[in-house]
Amino acid sequence: MRPFDLQRPDSLEHARNLSTGETATLIAGGTNLLDLMKLQVEVPERVVAIDRLGMNEIQATEDGGLRIGALVTNTATANDARIRSDYPVLARAILAGATQQLRNRATTGGNLCQRTRCYYFTNIDQPCNKREPGSGCGAIEGIARLHGVLGTSSSCIATYPGDMAVAMSALDATVEIVSADGSERSVPVRDFHLLPGDTPWRDNVLETGEIITAVTLPALVEGKQLYRKVRERSSYAFALVSVAAIIAMEGDTIARADLAFGGLAHKPWYDPRLSDLLVGKAPDAALFDSAADLLLENAQGYGENDFKIPLARRTLAAVLAEATETEL
Amino acid sequence: MTAHLKQDEPDTANFLDTMKQGVLGKPVSRIEGLAKVTGTAPYAAEYPVENLAEGVLVTATIVRGEVVSIDKDAALAMPGVLAVIDDKCLTTRAAQGTANEAPQQNPRKVDYWGQPIAVIVAESFEQARDAAKHLSVEYREEEGAPLDPSAVEPEEQEDETVDQGDLAHAMARADHAADLEISTEGHASAAMEPHAAIAEWDGDKVTVYASLQMLNYNITELADSLGVDEDRVRLVSRYVGGGFGSKLGVSEEVVAAAIAARAVGRPVRVVMSRQQVFQCVMRRSETKQRLRLASDGEGRLDGFGHEALVSNLPEEDFAEPVLQSSHFLYGGKNRALKLEVARIHRMTAGSVRAPGEAVGMPALEVAMDVLAEKTGVDPVELRIRNIPDCNPEEDLPFSSHKLAECLQQGAEKFGWDAGARKPRQTRDGEWWVGTGMASAARVHNVGEARARVTLRPDGTAEVRTDMTDIGTGTYTIVAQMVGEMLGLGVDDVLVQLGDTDFPRGSGSGGSWGGASIGSAVYLACRALREKLAKKAGTEESDLALRNGAVEGGKSLADLLDGQELSEEGHYEPGEIADTHTASGFGAFFAQVRVNRFTGETRVDRMLGAFGFGRVLNAKTARSQCLGGITWSIGAALTEALHFDPRDGHLVNCDLAEYHVPVNRDVPEVEVLMVEERDPVASPIQAKGIGELGMCGGAGAIANAIYNACGARVLDFPMTPDRVLAAMPD
Repeated sequence: MRPFDLQRPDSLEHARNLSTGETATLIAGGTNLLDLMKLQVEVPERVVAIDRLGMNEIQATEDGGLRIGALVTNTATANDARIRSDYPVLARAILAGATQQLRNRATTGGNLCQRTRCYYFTNIDQPCNKREPGSGCGAIEGIARLHGVLGTSSSCIATYPGDMAVAMSALDATVEIVSADGSERSVPVRDFHLLPGDTPWRDNVLETGEIITAVTLPALVEGKQLYRKVRERSSYAFALVSVAAIIAMEGDTIARADLAFGGLAHKPWYDPRLSDLLVGKAPDAALFDSAADLLLENAQGYGENDFKIPLARRTLAAVLAEATETEL
Repeated sequence: MTAHLKQDEPDTANFLDTMKQGVLGKPVSRIEGLAKVTGTAPYAAEYPVENLAEGVLVTATIVRGEVVSIDKDAALAMPGVLAVIDDKCLTTRAAQGTANEAPQQNPRKVDYWGQPIAVIVAESFEQARDAAKHLSVEYREEEGAPLDPSAVEPEEQEDETVDQGDLAHAMARADHAADLEISTEGHASAAMEPHAAIAEWDGDKVTVYASLQMLNYNITELADSLGVDEDRVRLVSRYVGGGFGSKLGVSEEVVAAAIAARAVGRPVRVVMSRQQVFQCVMRRSETKQRLRLASDGEGRLDGFGHEALVSNLPEEDFAEPVLQSSHFLYGGKNRALKLEVARIHRMTAGSVRAPGEAVGMPALEVAMDVLAEKTGVDPVELRIRNIPDCNPEEDLPFSSHKLAECLQQGAEKFGWDAGARKPRQTRDGEWWVGTGMASAARVHNVGEARARVTLRPDGTAEVRTDMTDIGTGTYTIVAQMVGEMLGLGVDDVLVQLGDTDFPRGSGSGGSWGGASIGSAVYLACRALREKLAKKAGTEESDLALRNGAVEGGKSLADLLDGQELSEEGHYEPGEIADTHTASGFGAFFAQVRVNRFTGETRVDRMLGAFGFGRVLNAKTARSQCLGGITWSIGAALTEALHFDPRDGHLVNCDLAEYHVPVNRDVPEVEVLMVEERDPVASPIQAKGIGELGMCGGAGAIANAIYNACGARVLDFPMTPDRVLAAMPD
């Protein structure tokens, strides 16, 4: 860990002023950042602790949704009675992530910003275009078990490791952001994270000086909400594949199908074509297969992670079968 | 006085059973437990030493070659940096267990990515780590170092080779035959306490507080590394936060701390990062195994073949002893066993809990399951039918043998269904449910050990030995042994361990600690009893001691009459080890569920039945079994080291990415201890139990996966992708 200056503002306005400049890094729960600082993957000169800014409440919105403050802990969100009853996919996704101790510290905003767990990103003696632009990607011809099969690029095949954001993507939640000059903007979670492309060091759309203030969930949705996370270890492991699903039936046909996937890409993967394909059809094995065909039509494995392609197909089928009560 | 025994003959007197205190074998909670859970038991990095400087190891970023130069000046210019040390005595690998000499030295020569090449000393840990990460090193790399064990010509370990009869012929004529190739991936010990040392010189004598399993060997290894006499070295290791083989030999941070403290003229602490613990201590080698079994129509083995390929660095003697129990577990007169080692430039391979059987037994037990299916013989019965009367290769009698009882009692307790077996008979929603079983075997070892037991005038006792307690319960069983022999409660016995100023114990490793140190303590107590009997005017064999007094007579304090009595027990393994085959035996039973969509496997319940001689403490012994079964679950389902194919570096080097089982992976586990007296294993009739619980258990889980869903997975760990690949449609 390099020496750094620690600043701890009392107000959002003060924090905005402090967080400008390339050298400042915000810290909330610190569950990811501190590890990366010890490894010198992150070497901020200034750390701005935002723990005194409030933003730690879950409030009802006018249009019937919920606004989760950026500093609400994962534990608090998962245990909130309204979340549990109206947005169970979110509670389940959060509880599928990390460990109790980590969830007690991790925050809504911090969780959205957590960085990849790629082995080459976290080892500063190995090449990584995300950590050190231009140094190459160690994973593409290395150990890529955890890595992406959708939306990868020749410079990076890392995955976004979180669970919470996958559920938020299925729910079509919105990230509220304030910039250094006080102007505000909203970005759908589905657009918040970026694909690696030629700029793999950019995980998301946040600009220098911007601070996440909240995530807003839309009004209560009809249908079954499921979160399925596949992993060899039953806790404290990142997803090999995960699926967040909100599925509603009308009679014998699917009326709503919002699906997002974790473990497959540099972002929670949301493909609007899946909803178009599924809605209005009667659920059966053939339909689930065509949904998987669509989802995975451009999937590319890197040897070690080839298994994710059939695994995603099977997991999607399991989730759709459960949600639609279809026997496969 | 020293009471010495070199055991050459079986001891069937079971003298311990005539003692009166009744504390040995009881489920006594660990006597150091309170100190540990309240944080007052100091681990290696926690000894209160003043004026400490902090050392951090610098590791190589090439595979093989030479360090040409190090920019020491730049590092020394960084804040707080006191020294950049690349002394030729620094060690570059950990010593193998019982090496008793310095491991590889000379940090200028690099043999694997991640090898220590220097230590940086600074005022603070953060400063040292920062400087270590930024040390500029120029290398001359020697290209082409082999990294893939399958791509080099292996060396045969000739002392493991067995070629009896004609296995090929036996396979050809057999009514039933199984011929399988099975692989296992590397494992890490993953002890909770990272490797750490504090070294402090006083004149020409150095004291090192360290986290080590075998001080009696480690002192020689450290002295040899430093080039000093052993009497100038003191090692202290009172509490060890898990070893599992990774702390058998002196590791790089211990030598580095001693050299650095001498160089900067003040005490130095060196703590390995979690990543360094993974990368520069020991890995269990991956294995590729071939199993061949040939049987008659009733499943009786006529042919037995087990071959294995493992790997290690050049110049390492250790080769994962995959075949260790295969030599004697089952009969079959046509036998072919062969162990080969590939020399590659990954980090050092060495002992990780139950070296050999941890990976050899699961493979063998999968082959036995395949044979059971082919013959139609119940898997439990198949194993019972193949228990040999004596060691089938050396014609040696077994010291004692509880495999049949463990199989039978375990099957009954588990509720094993001995009816016809077929995969995919039970489904619970998305999950296929099935059962499987396996035998357990782990060779029994003992080591030379000394302990001094002193009866103090007040009638309480004190024990001193440099024996270690690596979280296994040594403190407690030593107190129980003294209590049993001298008629004392455990609270009246002060046990002092882990200091080389005390008599040399056996150290903890290879499951030998309990039987070895227990025997030394037993011998010291026998000698004390001789003296007490004389004072009491009776024979030792008639001396009944209980609750601090001679039964119906004087208290110990009265008998001692203000004097102190002290005896050293000295136990040595004798010829009996060469005239018998001694092993712990057992059986595992598992019920698992496999998700038919995702291939995820979860263990519903497990049972282990084990015979390992006299039980010294029913609670700590059971805990060892539970730990072993937990390791079995890890080896079966999750644990695998992954090495980069281009530079051989270990990529998943922390506890987030190296997946030991979490609580949720470990279901209801039942342990059945099938107690016995082994007259050969030790004078206290006890055998080792530290490792037996993982010697075959992963095989029981593999067989249960097959029974559940029909996937015969031949590569461990059986991760969802591998289960799916093997699952029939």
